Parts: sequence; C-alpha cells; structure tokens
Amino acid sequence: MSAARLSSFPSARRLLLWSGIVAVSLWVLVPIYLVALGAFGGREGVYQWPKSFLPLEVSPDSVMVFLQIQGVGTAFLNSLIAAGITVVLSILLGAPAGYALARYDFPGKNAYRLLVLLTRAFPLAILALPLTVSFIRLGLYDSMLGVGLIHTVLALPFAALVTQGVFMGVPRELEEAAWVFGCSRIGAFLKVVVPLALPGLAATAVFAFVISWNEVFAASVLTVQNRTLTAYLLTVLSESPLHYQFAGGLLLILPSAIFIFAVRRYLFAIWGVSSK
Amino acid sequence: MASITIDSVAKSFGSFKALKDVSLTIADGEFVSLLGPSGCGKTTLLRIVAGLETETGGRIVIGDRTVNGLAPKDRGLAMVFQNYAVFPHMTVYENVAFGLRMQKADDARVKRQVEKAAGLLHIEAYLDRYPNKLSGGQRQRVAVARALAVEPQVLLMDEPLSNLDALLRLQMRTELKSVLQEAGTTTLYVTHDQTEAMGLSDRIAVMHDGRIEQVGEPVDIYSRPATRFVGGFMGNPPMNFIELPVEAGRVNIGAESHSLSGPVGSKIVLGLRGEDVERVSPEVGMAFKTAVSEPMGSHLLLTGTIADQPARVILPPTEKVRAGETIGLKLDADRLTWISPETGKALAA
Repeated sequence: MSAARLSSFPSARRLLLWSGIVAVSLWVLVPIYLVALGAFGGREGVYQWPKSFLPLEVSPDSVMVFLQIQGVGTAFLNSLIAAGITVVLSILLGAPAGYALARYDFPGKNAYRLLVLLTRAFPLAILALPLTVSFIRLGLYDSMLGVGLIHTVLALPFAALVTQGVFMGVPRELEEAAWVFGCSRIGAFLKVVVPLALPGLAATAVFAFVISWNEVFAASVLTVQNRTLTAYLLTVLSESPLHYQFAGGLLLILPSAIFIFAVRRYLFAIWGVSSK
Repeated sequence: MASITIDSVAKSFGSFKALKDVSLTIADGEFVSLLGPSGCGKTTLLRIVAGLETETGGRIVIGDRTVNGLAPKDRGLAMVFQNYAVFPHMTVYENVAFGLRMQKADDARVKRQVEKAAGLLHIEAYLDRYPNKLSGGQRQRVAVARALAVEPQVLLMDEPLSNLDALLRLQMRTELKSVLQEAGTTTLYVTHDQTEAMGLSDRIAVMHDGRIEQVGEPVDIYSRPATRFVGGFMGNPPMNFIELPVEAGRVNIGAESHSLSGPVGSKIVLGLRGEDVERVSPEVGMAFKTAVSEPMGSHLLLTGTIADQPARVILPPTEKVRAGETIGLKLDADRLTWISPETGKALAA
C-alpha cells in the first residue's frame, strides 16, 4: 500500500504543478486574448452577446483605423522615448547606488535605504501643481525629458533596491580575483560584475520600462501636446467606440509583452547567478 | 620571482587589533605557511600583502618595491581563493587566460601559457567547458592554473584546499607540492590545517591573536615550540603540559633528575610530545595512570594522568595496557620542552 501511495505521489504532484501552471497562464492570457479579440473582431464581434471565444471574422480594420487616428503614432513614439529615458537613467543612477549598498558598509545605510523608499511616499497628486510650475519654469513642461525624469523618480527606488540584491548575488571574491589578476576597480566591475549581474540588471530595466509605460497620471498632468500613449488614449479613447478602445488597449499591452519576451532568458536566469 | 618582506605590519578594525606589529621575511622561491586558528589574523595578513585590505601601519616589500598603497594589479602577484573564485561566465580556457589577457599578452603567448598551466594541473580536457560543469576539485585546479599561468613573482593562497573533501585534499596537497616545486614560485600560504602546513612548507609561521608566535622549519616548530600555544596547536594529539615542582634548579622525572638552564621559579611546565616516551617499569619511569586505552592500529593511544594532570601518550601498537593500569614512562630527554609557567615561553634549550 505504501508503495502504491509512493508511486502515485509524484503524479499527483505533477498534476498539481501543471494545473497551477495552466491556471496562472490563463489568468494572464485570457484577458489579453479577449482584448485582442475585441481589437481584431471588428464592430460586430465587440457588441455581440453572448461572446464567442472564437473570432467570427478577423480584420485588422479597427487596429488600422486606430493607428491612423491623428497623434497615435507620435504618442506611441513619445511613450517609447519616455520609457527609454527612464530605463537609461534609472539603471545609470540606480545600479551604482545598489552597488554601494551591496558592497560597502557606511553610516546611515539603513536610513538611506528607507529614504530611497520614502520618495514613493509622496502622492504624485500632491506634487502635481508644484511640479507643473517648476517644469514650466525649467522649460521641461510638455517634453518627454520631463516625463522621463518623473518616471525615473518613480522607478529609481526599485532600481536601487533590486540591483542591491543583484550585486549581493555576485560573490565579492570574484571581484577580488579580477583585481588581483590585473583589473582596475572599474575594469573588474565591467568585466566580471556586470556580465554576472546582467540578468538582474535586465530585469531592473524591464521593470523601469513597464513602470514608465503604464504610468498615466504624471504623463497626463505634465504634457499638453506631446502626450505619451497612455495619456493620449485616456483623453481620446474615452469618447471612442468600444472596438477602438480594445485596439488601443492591445497596443498598450504589446510593447511591454514584447520587451519582457525579449529579455525572458535573463529573467529566467536571475536565480542562476552561480556563487561557485 | 621575488622575496616578500612584511615589516611591522599592524591592522585594526575599529578598536579590534587584528594584527599587532607582524614582521616576516619570505625568501625568493620559498614556500611559507601562515598557520593558526580562525580569527588569528592570518587571512588578514595575506589580504594586506595582496592589497585587498589596507594596513593600519607598517610596510610590505615585494622584490625591491614597497607596495603599500599600490592596487592589487600593480603588485605582480597571483592569488588562489578559498572559494576558488573561478569566473562562472568564462570557459576554463578564458579563466586561465584572464591574467594574461589583462597584461595584453599576444594570442600565441596566451595559448602557450594556458596550455602549460593546464598541463601542470591536468585540466586540458575541460578547457572549453564552463566552471559550473566542473567538480570542486576541478575548479580548484582551474584556480591554481589561472594563478600559475601569469608566472607571478609571488603566489598567495588562502586556504585553497579547505573546501575539498578529505581524500581529494590529500591528493591535491601532494600535487600542489610537486607543481609548486617545479614552478619555484615564492608562495605565501594560509591554512588552519597543521598537516597541510607541515607537508607543504619550507617554513611555517604560527600565528595567534594577531601575532606571529614562531617562525621555523616544520620539524623545528613541531619538536621545539617557542611557546605553550605553538606546542598545543601543533600535533595530534597536542603536546602535553605537565606542571612540576623545581628544587634548586633541578626537576625530577621518575627516578631521573634534570637540571634546568636559566632562571626558574618554584615551578616549571614540561612540554611532552605523546610519542617521545618509552614504556619502562613503574619503579624506574614517570608514573602514568591509564584511564582509556585505544588501539589505533598504527599505534596505541593512551589517555590518563601524569602527576595528576591530564596527558596523552603514544606507544607502539604491540604494547598492551589495560584501563586503570599504572605504567612507567621513560622520557626522551633531548626532545623535552621546558616552558615558563608565568610567560608561556619555552626556556632556551
């Protein structure tokens, strides 16, 4: 009997594992599929009830029409620019902070970590007015640099704290070995630490990208003409027919999904940073 | 090749003094071990020589250059780390070639040196593999090959064998000795394992509590410890310490009487290696009251008391001693160490 139970145990575990995988996948994929269905199913499909899970007719019409709406292309580009600025700045500023937190003991280290997080404690809504005023004075208002800077502020705490963990995963001895065998501090960082931290840095970059891409409030407040896609869609699409809204939604989802897909190897490898 | 001079080096971490005025000279081509219990400062000293730690005071000279303040890369040395520190994102070949690439060596030289080092350490077969496909012993070979490939003036090793299992450690120790003898590199080796230090070194520096207690050839350190600590740290079983009364500069051991040189008080500590005894009749020798008798095959290990103080002695495997039996021991007078009970230092022989 015990033998039978033992032999059935792995298969039960496998069943549990796979049903878990299926459930999580469906949780993510079904809404995306429904949005895609709405976007490509045309006018008929969107208003049809009960919904069919299979597309009745597939036509790129609404997506094409949507793309031709004036300003969508520019807004899409703006979003990419703002997200790009956010990724570059939060890695360039966050990674050194994370490295310092990981490698050095300095007085006030914990207070510093707390302060870093506190930047997220101020609701943007409260900061909106003073920010707008100072951005207008600085000439940053209605520019992607301005939006990128604000998004960097939002992403930076995570970038610093996540990269701290990433750098702590790279054994100090490897760096010391590089120093001994002829590297300067910066050389060792670039030749040994960065390649090993790359998966984690990529994950941080994706994180920063998604934070910027999805952010709508600051982008709406700080821009008038040069809107990011989220801010633009918020104003334009609220008055649009449902299938255009779906098309817009899909266009918001796709870049994030593609970007995460592109770095998936690094995301999977995050735990693979070997300490040996 | 180069000599290393460590001149009055001190190191403090806050109020904790890790090293107190340590001086040591390692001759060109010599193999010296820093031996001591954990926390004695041996690794700190090695890291100061490497430039990975900054000394609070003193001077480090490698060859004819004072290297204080120089970055590790400018000191002309190579190091083998305790956890191997083999780069996981490079093949074994690139790992071994790392130091040469940093020196901007041309490809032909890199290839020649890597193959030579790989041959010495028997890792030719894994050159295009990544380290995560290697066992601990193989990684350690890669780490040693990487250090030898640059033909360093000075080789530093920080407990390189301590992460290997016992059998592999023995094998690597023997190989390491033959490889390093062939290379003739000046080597400073940190270990807490006395058999490693004894087997590998030309000289051993025994460290304790941030100081060097004694420097000398392995056999001298073993049989002529300068302090009570060295005697107790070296050897298995450790040296026995037996406090005996002194009368007019002489001390009685069994029926024999020894005269002591130098000024002594009313008591003296006898340092006795367990194997420096011979069994005689209880009337003639020093009385040893046996508590436990353990036949170890190669020898007979006796635990008991001499003059009511705990002691362990070793007799030939053919002897038979029962627990509770009192036997007589004749001590090898040439191999005894006399230690002052006040200072813990050995009297001059």
